[in-house]
Amino acid sequence: MSGGAVAATAAEQQDIRMHSSPDGSTESKGVGTSKWTPYILLTPGFLWLALFFIIPTVMLLMFSLYSGSLDQGYSFEFPGNWSTYSAVWEYRAQFFRSFLFAGLSTLFCLALAYPLAYFIAFKSGKWKATLLVLVIAPFFTSFLIRTLAWKTILADDGPVVTFMNWAHITDVLALLHLTETDRVLNTPLAVVLGLTYNFLPFMVLPLYASLDRMDPRLVEAAQDLYSSPWTALRKVTWPLSLPGVVAGTLLTFIPAAGDYINAELLGTTKVSMIGNVIQDQFFVVTDYPTASALSFVLMLAILVLVFFYVRRAGTEELV
Amino acid sequence: MASTTASAAQQAAPPARTTKRPSGPFRWVRERIIPIIGLLVLFYMFLPIFVVVVFSFNQPNGRFNYQWVKFSTDAWTNLCGVGGLCESLQLSLVIGLVATLGAVALGTLMAFGIARYRFRGRGGSNLLVFMPMATPEVVMGSSLLTWFVLLAFARGTTTILIAHVMFCLSFVVVTVKARIAGLDPRLEQAAMDLYANERTTFWRVTFPLVLPGIVGASLLAFSLSFDDFIVTNFNSGSTVTFPMFVWGAAQRGTPPQINVVGSLMFLVSLTIVLIAQVVQRRRKKA
Repeated sequence: MSGGAVAATAAEQQDIRMHSSPDGSTESKGVGTSKWTPYILLTPGFLWLALFFIIPTVMLLMFSLYSGSLDQGYSFEFPGNWSTYSAVWEYRAQFFRSFLFAGLSTLFCLALAYPLAYFIAFKSGKWKATLLVLVIAPFFTSFLIRTLAWKTILADDGPVVTFMNWAHITDVLALLHLTETDRVLNTPLAVVLGLTYNFLPFMVLPLYASLDRMDPRLVEAAQDLYSSPWTALRKVTWPLSLPGVVAGTLLTFIPAAGDYINAELLGTTKVSMIGNVIQDQFFVVTDYPTASALSFVLMLAILVLVFFYVRRAGTEELV
Repeated sequence: MASTTASAAQQAAPPARTTKRPSGPFRWVRERIIPIIGLLVLFYMFLPIFVVVVFSFNQPNGRFNYQWVKFSTDAWTNLCGVGGLCESLQLSLVIGLVATLGAVALGTLMAFGIARYRFRGRGGSNLLVFMPMATPEVVMGSSLLTWFVLLAFARGTTTILIAHVMFCLSFVVVTVKARIAGLDPRLEQAAMDLYANERTTFWRVTFPLVLPGIVGASLLAFSLSFDDFIVTNFNSGSTVTFPMFVWGAAQRGTPPQINVVGSLMFLVSLTIVLIAQVVQRRRKKA
């Protein structure tokens, strides 16, 4: 994904803000209003999404029940070839790793993005606009080229790894199975770092959007009531930034869980994620039904996780 | 701004309390901890860009450009010297432009429909627009692939364009919709009060006001399309776009010319954004 996507996220946040404005004056009647106008406006885009997003998703489910091969052709026999779904169990390690890596990188993103977003929203003064541009600027360069640059930064004899070896950081991380004893590249840590790096702006911008609309006087009020800065953060700022946290975590977790570029470029087959398996099943093994089954289960798993997460986060927000 | 009064108040408040205050350099760091961390995070974000630009001036020994050998401007002066690179770049630019046109045309209509009207199925339409943004690219790419395989539709530039319009569409709708929702309805009412008919009001007032949103959405769609790898990889057949070229290079050998393109992309986009900011600032002053 490109950093451009991030700008849309910010726009969406702004959109939410508009709709939730108390005066609600944004609703105005359209030009040339007739009962059918909205449907006419929506039809072309709707058809495109129906033909190339909804139907393909249904096809993916159907294809996972087909039998046959790329050379001999595929066919469907009732009640379908459900054996493809045994691959889900077979690749459980990759599924687990995908969600673990995505979860870890989402946490890292949150830890890195929160101070940055807080800084831009409250402490940057006249530099605000410039800093926001700087947040998206690195993402003007190709995703792949940037990821390849990490190969140089994390090279075995490079300054970063040399320092980590000297400070025995790699030894400690190796105990956690995050790195090998003297290297970072091709280890889980490299993949998680790559994911964190690539999706960081997806976290910064929604966080910034929700912090920026917070009334800073609320923190002053907390401090007037003798709260320590830490308590003010925990009891005032953090709860008010929750919508941004929820949006940001979703926007980092979902693409990270399906990503296979970082695992391919910065890792080895030992740390491959489910995206790598799906890509291999399609293009190397060319077992399309199994690949479809894995892809469909990935989508389902993410939908279920997101559903429960949003529900939980939603109720917490009300408290 | 309110933030300055806030920080002033924050500095004024603590003396009322009796906490142990550290002194010396530790205190200096503590008081500026948030800007320091913020700038460190920005540094982390820029580190790879720095590497990309520096290594575009490298003359690598082997096939891979991961280790510094010596300074050279060969890659900059001989950009198309690597077989297939310039062709893929050209293809990506064309696909980006066409996909942007398609997505912006469909998306702007949709944005007006959703933002300006209350109708049955509005919630459903919002959900439909949101869904592609919440689906991992690998799922989107593979489901389109199965659809094209079942239709026996040959994969190539056409299928790439179809896919790109599809995933850019949602981002266009969201961006333009936000702009429409932020308009002051009184401006249109004023035009109508001054006897402009609906058509004139739309083209002379509404559309020019929404235009910055459409321009923003176009830039966004172009960058999404230009940089897309995963969905393209599933639907390209044997067609090679620029990201596909880089992916292939990562396996075969990375010429420094790739870094040159990366640096150029960075410079061009940064220039566009800076110009946009200057224009905006001038308009505000005028």
